Amino acid sequence: MSILLIIEQQGGKWHRMSFEALAAAQEAATGIDCPLVAAVVGSGVGPLANEIASKRVSEVAAIDSPELAHYSPDGFASALRQAVEQVKPRLVLFPHTYQVRDLVPKLAASLGGCFVSDIVDMRFDSGEPIFVRQLFQGKLHADVSASGRPPHFVSVQSGAYRADAVVEGVTPAPIRNLPVSLDAGAIRTKAEPPYQDAKDAVDLGSAKIIVSVGRGIQDPDNIPQAEALAKALGGELAASRPICDNGWLPLERQIGSSGQTVAPNLYLALGISGAIQHVVGMKGAKTIVAINKDAGAPIFEIADYGIVADLFDVVPKLVEALEDSK
Amino acid sequence: MDIFVCVKQVMARDSVIRLGEGATWVRDDGLTFEMNEPDTYALEEALRLKEKHGGEVVAVTAGPARSASTLREALAKGADRGIHIEDDRFVEADTHATASALAAAIGREQHDLILTGLQSDDSGFGQTGVILAEKLGLPHATIIMEIDASGSQLRCKRELEAGWFQRVTLPQPALLTIQSGINKVRYATLMGIKRARKKPLQRYTTDELGIEITAQQSVRRLYQPQQAKQTVFLEGGSREVADELLNKLRFEARVI
Repeated sequence: MSILLIIEQQGGKWHRMSFEALAAAQEAATGIDCPLVAAVVGSGVGPLANEIASKRVSEVAAIDSPELAHYSPDGFASALRQAVEQVKPRLVLFPHTYQVRDLVPKLAASLGGCFVSDIVDMRFDSGEPIFVRQLFQGKLHADVSASGRPPHFVSVQSGAYRADAVVEGVTPAPIRNLPVSLDAGAIRTKAEPPYQDAKDAVDLGSAKIIVSVGRGIQDPDNIPQAEALAKALGGELAASRPICDNGWLPLERQIGSSGQTVAPNLYLALGISGAIQHVVGMKGAKTIVAINKDAGAPIFEIADYGIVADLFDVVPKLVEALEDSK
Repeated sequence: MDIFVCVKQVMARDSVIRLGEGATWVRDDGLTFEMNEPDTYALEEALRLKEKHGGEVVAVTAGPARSASTLREALAKGADRGIHIEDDRFVEADTHATASALAAAIGREQHDLILTGLQSDDSGFGQTGVILAEKLGLPHATIIMEIDASGSQLRCKRELEAGWFQRVTLPQPALLTIQSGINKVRYATLMGIKRARKKPLQRYTTDELGIEITAQQSVRRLYQPQQAKQTVFLEGGSREVADELLNKLRFEARVI
């Protein structure tokens, strides 16, 4: 029984999380002591399959069809169902991307297998995998085991594994074509080309200092306080999703899985609880400061400096102290 | 348009979490519960679609007896009736068990559109909607930001990653999972709360629906996450911690 890794790509370009999932799959193959089959899905995936063949994998599977040039839940579920039936893996791994969130619950349900989504870690108990998931918005972790008949489907959270931990292969792995037959007429959900909404895109990715606000800011009238701190530090203002949902700051200033991913030198989180969806967008920051009233907020788990206090007490004093030191 | 909206009752945000016996779930005594926030956006979207196109909005939940209050809240906001698949085991059930129960209840009724929130604030699987679609044999689209139901097909705006979007079209009946923030949710009015008392709320047991609650994945142990970093906590008066923080950022972290 093997591990099957489904790597995500679009138009010949890897999804940025693909190699993190490959690193996780390599670790799982070692932990379970079984072969790793890495599959590339799409149309004309030959060059990408060659690239993966240079990594430490037992085999590369190319799932190649013109019908797979663009993602559709029906088309991809059908193709992967056929691939799973040919490879017969015990575990199917994915990066936890939006596409995976759309596809894998359907795929797993159609095969009667369970889907342990968005894991942050794996351990192996004499060859049996135990998956670690975040529950209650990251406040607790859970060791989860999959039961029921294999294969079990698992997706890996962004940033949980390091792409640079991928191990190169000694000799190129063999590449196998997995033939799939697809009926274009059976594809019900039809997608148009992707587009971007934001006209004046703010590139938070290049900001060295980011001051970010969450629910703790309480009212749009309080935003200027955070803005003043961002200005005093020479940084950009950003926010977690609920703030942008409320329209208190524009969507292009949103950090997190549905917004931008940033890695500034300094990330100052004001009244941000640290829900998973936010943390995946900023945990790469060099130094993280969290100011939050709730000492149990998950943001403190990843903070270098923490202040358990009312942000409305501390923020004005920070601005004042910065002005005094000028 | 017959719209079903699936809602889940979860513990209120900012609840103090205490581990239950055996540490496979949390203690729920002394907690307050509320409608899962992502589901409030799905409910609001269902009500708006009904106001535009007519039809009926049915709120459905699978949960213990206490989740009836979340259905009443949905009725108070404007849903026409509620369906409660009542069983204590849904509290710890996996997404497969929940989706199977919802499919059994909704599958016996005429449905044009099913809406769910994106994910729950407690288990956070983010799968129930899509599994439900698969069980009912319906097409689906996830993370929806806008719904146009004026044509023969649904045309929706779907959120992709990193600020990208796309339009998708799909035939009805269909299932959509709704992105939080898609609309501004309404509050229940006093009149709404009064009216809700008279609205039908159907209860099912799992036996009546002919379903079993079998888990495909189970929590072995819940625990506090380990600190990823050694956090230095600064304490003292506001000006004092402000000065100390700036010192640390200047001379220790060297980031300002």
